[in-house]
Amino acid sequence: MIDVIDLKKDFQGNHVLNGIDLHIDKGDIVVITGPSGSGKSTFLRCLNCMEDPSGGQIIFNGVDIADMKVDINIHRRHMGMVFQHFNLFNNKTVLQNISLAPIHVRKTDKKEKTSKKKIIEEENARAMKLLERIGLADKANVYPATLSGGQKQRVAIVRALAMNPDVILFDEPTSALDPEMVGEVLDLMKELAQDGMTMVIVTHEMGFAKEVANRVLFIDEGKIKEDEPPEEFFGNPKNPRLKEFLSKVLV
Amino acid sequence: MNNFGAKVDQFTEIVFHQGGINKIVEGLQNTLLIAILGLIIGIIIGTLIATVRVVPKYKLLPRILNGFCSFYVGLFRGTPMVVQLLVFYYVLLPLLEMRMTGVQVSIMVFGLNSGAYISEIMRSGIQSVDVGQMEAGRAVGLSFATTMRMIVIPQAVKNILPTLGNEFIALIKETSVVSFVGASDLYVAFNYIGTNSYEFMVPYLVMAVIYIILVILISTGIRLMERSLRKSDRRN
Repeated sequence: MIDVIDLKKDFQGNHVLNGIDLHIDKGDIVVITGPSGSGKSTFLRCLNCMEDPSGGQIIFNGVDIADMKVDINIHRRHMGMVFQHFNLFNNKTVLQNISLAPIHVRKTDKKEKTSKKKIIEEENARAMKLLERIGLADKANVYPATLSGGQKQRVAIVRALAMNPDVILFDEPTSALDPEMVGEVLDLMKELAQDGMTMVIVTHEMGFAKEVANRVLFIDEGKIKEDEPPEEFFGNPKNPRLKEFLSKVLV
Repeated sequence: MNNFGAKVDQFTEIVFHQGGINKIVEGLQNTLLIAILGLIIGIIIGTLIATVRVVPKYKLLPRILNGFCSFYVGLFRGTPMVVQLLVFYYVLLPLLEMRMTGVQVSIMVFGLNSGAYISEIMRSGIQSVDVGQMEAGRAVGLSFATTMRMIVIPQAVKNILPTLGNEFIALIKETSVVSFVGASDLYVAFNYIGTNSYEFMVPYLVMAVIYIILVILISTGIRLMERSLRKSDRRN
């Protein structure tokens, strides 16, 4: 589904990604780990061109989205993203956060025959269903500022889900949460995984990686140093830097 | 000061029995019209310029637009309002062979002028909104312009509302120069009353009081607006 070919990224001469090749299949749960500054977040942000790659290709559903000429907005609709700091729209209610983009996309679609009022009704109803699924239906009409961190992140995840994406990218989704809220977010992500959603996750949650991922990647110095199923990755690491990393992380 | 009572009598006589009140109402209308329409035009122009100035500048078009906007802002912030009014009325209009009333010219110049100032206010407002808001909008496939319009600018406006209120107050006060191009504002009305009675003390005093009342009303209005807009960050 996603083919990354020789992806490079530098920030004003500072080489962050030095040629990454990766193939992601539909249904893959890829967890990316690595020391801080290794380029793992940059890599994830390059996947939906939140950072424009400096070189290489990202073939997503047959189109090279790293090409500056493609309309990136259309492709991003099939590629959800969840942020470390949630980034819910502060000026919109919880329900609007979820339905805003689907409503906008359908309203501006020339092939769409449904009336605008009907679209809003339908999408709000769908957003409500998503909220019910995560048990936050009673929060539909409040603003994000009133939610806890865990609630915000779960809303952010269903906001991504509302676009019916082919893949969801998670950029350290639990790093900004209080420890007691990490569980609820990971549980929701596990649910998505069980539903067969393709996911690429940058995280330090090694337990989650072991349990849910089917591939674990180790990125260091802007390159993928290891790409193995979790049993192999944690049980029999080969790269010396990874061994050192694991010895510090798994205490 | 012993004849102050007589001066007040003279003033009320002209205002209430010789049509002075009509002049004042007309002046008040024009003052408000120029300031309010000027502010609206200014907000539109200012928002457009501010948006151009925060657009990523990889491509040629944003760079050209950005250059033009810098020039525009420099021009209107670098000359006094009176000069702009005079140049518009006595230079540009004849050159373009256009006819406009003093009030129309004033509305335009006030709009263009405050657009330059508001663009800077708006830019700081936009930059005060967390970049994550823009990223989240882009990540769900909204364009830069749509995210700007639906997510970033509403939050920016909330942040800059007090400053925008100050701009409106400044505009109200600055309308007192529009008589340079023949628009009759509050100043013209009270000047007329003064000239007719050869007595300026009371008219100008009343004029000052009216300006102060206007400013107090606007300040109160803005405070109320701010409070209602702040509901999205209140925990309820």
